[in-house]
Amino acid sequence: MRNVFLTLRRRSVLALGLVAVLLASCAPVDLYAPISTFETGVDPNTWAQVPEGEFYFGQHEDIASTAAYEIMVTDVTVTQYADFLNAALADGSVKVVDGEIQGYYPGDEFRGVKHEEEIAAGDWAFIPLDDPSQRIQFDGSAFSAQPDYTNHPMTMVSWFGAWGYCDYYGYRLPSEMEWEKAARGTDERPFPWGEEIARENANFYASRDPFEDMGSYGSRTSPVGFYNGQKYGDYQTLDSTSPYGLYDMAGNVWQWTGDVYEGMHYRFLRGGSKDTYDMDLRLWVSNNATPMYVSPGVGFRCVQGQ
Amino acid sequence: MQFLSKRLEYLFGSTKGLILVAIAMVGIVTAVWGMLSGPMAEIGVREVVVNALGMDMLQAEREGRIIILYHSIAMAIVAIETYMVTSLLKMKPFFKTAINATITAGYILTMIFGLSFAYFGHNWAFHGLYIFGLSLIFFAGVLLVIALWPWNKEYKFSPLPEGRGAGGEGEYSRTKKGLSLERVAFFATALTTVISALFGAIPGSFFGNGFESFLAENIIRLPEKTTMEYSIIGHLHIMLALIGIMLTLIIGRWLNFKGIWHKIAMPLMILGTIVLNLGVWGVVTPLEPVAHMVIYVGATPSMLAALFLLIWSWGKLMREGTANLTKPTFGKKISALLRDPLKFGPTWQMLFMNFTTSGIGIFMAIRLDEIFRVWPAREERIELTGHWHVLSAIIATIILLYYGDMINLKGKIRQWYGWSLIVLSDLAFAAVTIFEMKRLFISEAVQQPLVNLLMYLMDFGLAMLLLLLAIVLVWRLVDLFKAKGRWTEEVNHELSQEVLK
Repeated sequence: MRNVFLTLRRRSVLALGLVAVLLASCAPVDLYAPISTFETGVDPNTWAQVPEGEFYFGQHEDIASTAAYEIMVTDVTVTQYADFLNAALADGSVKVVDGEIQGYYPGDEFRGVKHEEEIAAGDWAFIPLDDPSQRIQFDGSAFSAQPDYTNHPMTMVSWFGAWGYCDYYGYRLPSEMEWEKAARGTDERPFPWGEEIARENANFYASRDPFEDMGSYGSRTSPVGFYNGQKYGDYQTLDSTSPYGLYDMAGNVWQWTGDVYEGMHYRFLRGGSKDTYDMDLRLWVSNNATPMYVSPGVGFRCVQGQ
Repeated sequence: MQFLSKRLEYLFGSTKGLILVAIAMVGIVTAVWGMLSGPMAEIGVREVVVNALGMDMLQAEREGRIIILYHSIAMAIVAIETYMVTSLLKMKPFFKTAINATITAGYILTMIFGLSFAYFGHNWAFHGLYIFGLSLIFFAGVLLVIALWPWNKEYKFSPLPEGRGAGGEGEYSRTKKGLSLERVAFFATALTTVISALFGAIPGSFFGNGFESFLAENIIRLPEKTTMEYSIIGHLHIMLALIGIMLTLIIGRWLNFKGIWHKIAMPLMILGTIVLNLGVWGVVTPLEPVAHMVIYVGATPSMLAALFLLIWSWGKLMREGTANLTKPTFGKKISALLRDPLKFGPTWQMLFMNFTTSGIGIFMAIRLDEIFRVWPAREERIELTGHWHVLSAIIATIILLYYGDMINLKGKIRQWYGWSLIVLSDLAFAAVTIFEMKRLFISEAVQQPLVNLLMYLMDFGLAMLLLLLAIVLVWRLVDLFKAKGRWTEEVNHELSQEVLK
């Protein structure tokens, strides 16, 4: 009898433990949970020169070439995007409609290929304002970055919103080739900094950076240029710049690229993100989504020249 | 010396021994390589395994590594099914010996040298042996096709009307002239498997020449694919489907599927297999735009045939389980149905597959542009990879359920083994399915707690399954050291002797 009781008690404890784990894992996510703030010392307004010439493109290292161009050293930050919106709202380039920012896009040629959807000329959503993941605030007249996210990459921005930002300043989104060359340089490396990846190289899924808590809210963005070899508190990063000095070309946020391919409306993203495994941070890995797609793990940077 | 030779004779000379070796090989590879990805990688287990085993893994070579890993496991499964077929169906002893010997050498070479090449430095001699192993398996497949030739007089039933009652021959699907349609179904599946292997082998050689390995799930959404890429995509789909079809036939034979349902199911199975293959092969022809439609047309009769097997077997289990009752209630019938998990489980898993793979696949196909292609490609990739991982694992559980009966598990152990397999795997598969579909009901920003919960369930289910398999394998290992262990009873047993009455 005593044995039966003990067995039952053991089983109850086991079952209760399992239920406790399951319940703990069902706790709601606090999207406004405090986040560590760090100054990286990297200026998001700087640009890197990429010379013309050949480079290895793609997983199978095809030889490709580009003309010379300049590319932003970091992703566009929340502050930079807020500044853009303030200027664009003031001169009428964008408007606030139904809880989102809209702007004009001239449309793509539609060929009616299987699965292709028409992207017509007109106003398209740049960013949603009412999404709880949005790090830009709007008080009815001006835009600003949430205080702890000023130097984080701009996210929750559609391809149209990324295109609109670059176009407003006379820049453009990088082509996939330009993006990859800027990240890879002219050798065959799979990551911007070299052959292998360590947790301290980049912000990726379960990389144990100071911005994630896999037990509750999961991963969050890191400030642009965070992985520069500095020590932040107890956390030592590795200098993870690309051969041309670009930061965050692997991890943190996927980056929209500018190519519009014949017969498809999808836009391509590069670089992997805080939400992907290390394998998706390899330089040739691409993702794609409709140009309307927004995500807390998607941002962009611009290029100019050519 | 005799001690060793007798054990080796059992392990490599008997059907049950061969199946045990292959299950053990797959189990070990699954357990070790499973620690290199998913949650194990996050918590640092991958690094420990890589360092402990001295693995040499370059990030740039991941796709090629994974292709070799998939093939290593799949070839062992193909070998297991082949052993079952050669033991269940009549064929000349020479063919049985030749097929089993060839495929055993083939999958062992494939697995050992493939994984050695992919994960432990690139010794090109190993790569050659890996390819040689795959070639042997192909050759064994050709031999199996010849051995199964259903128009051979020895394998025919007596012509009607004489054959109608003799030995119950009339209860099986057959033609008037005595051709066994079940054997035709086995033959068609084996033949199309051999042909479909070429759809992987030819582009494999083409891409391998330039080392341009790629995973099919990474080129979804590209509107233009090359013929070779289509061939690879067709190959991976049809091979898994054919493994599933062959296993359905095997389970039917083991359970002694017969009667009216059998008579309807077998022609459907033959038709489905042929049409399904024609559709898949069509992706490399100008018929590519309509190939998907042909595939749907082919898949339907195959799935109907599996459904008929389920209806027949569940009916039989309920009838037999309530034979002593004059008016069995619904509850008694259900109780009879669930009495033996090893006989109920295989067809239940086939049914469950509809919720976790077929249903999801059809849902994705009909709502592709409206739902799934609004999401980023990486989300779609999760669905695709989850979908076929579950299908592969379901196939594995069905094999293990049959294996439980094969090794004559009885009483409580049979119950625990069978129900653990069913419940743990279905728990994991259900969690995977919800994980795949999570974007339907939760956003990225708030998904982490749900992801954690699903991961716990998946890992718990799969880890316990592997533990269960490990217990069985250790038990079988210990048994091998006994002079009169169970292995001595199994050494001469053929599966055809154990087909249910």
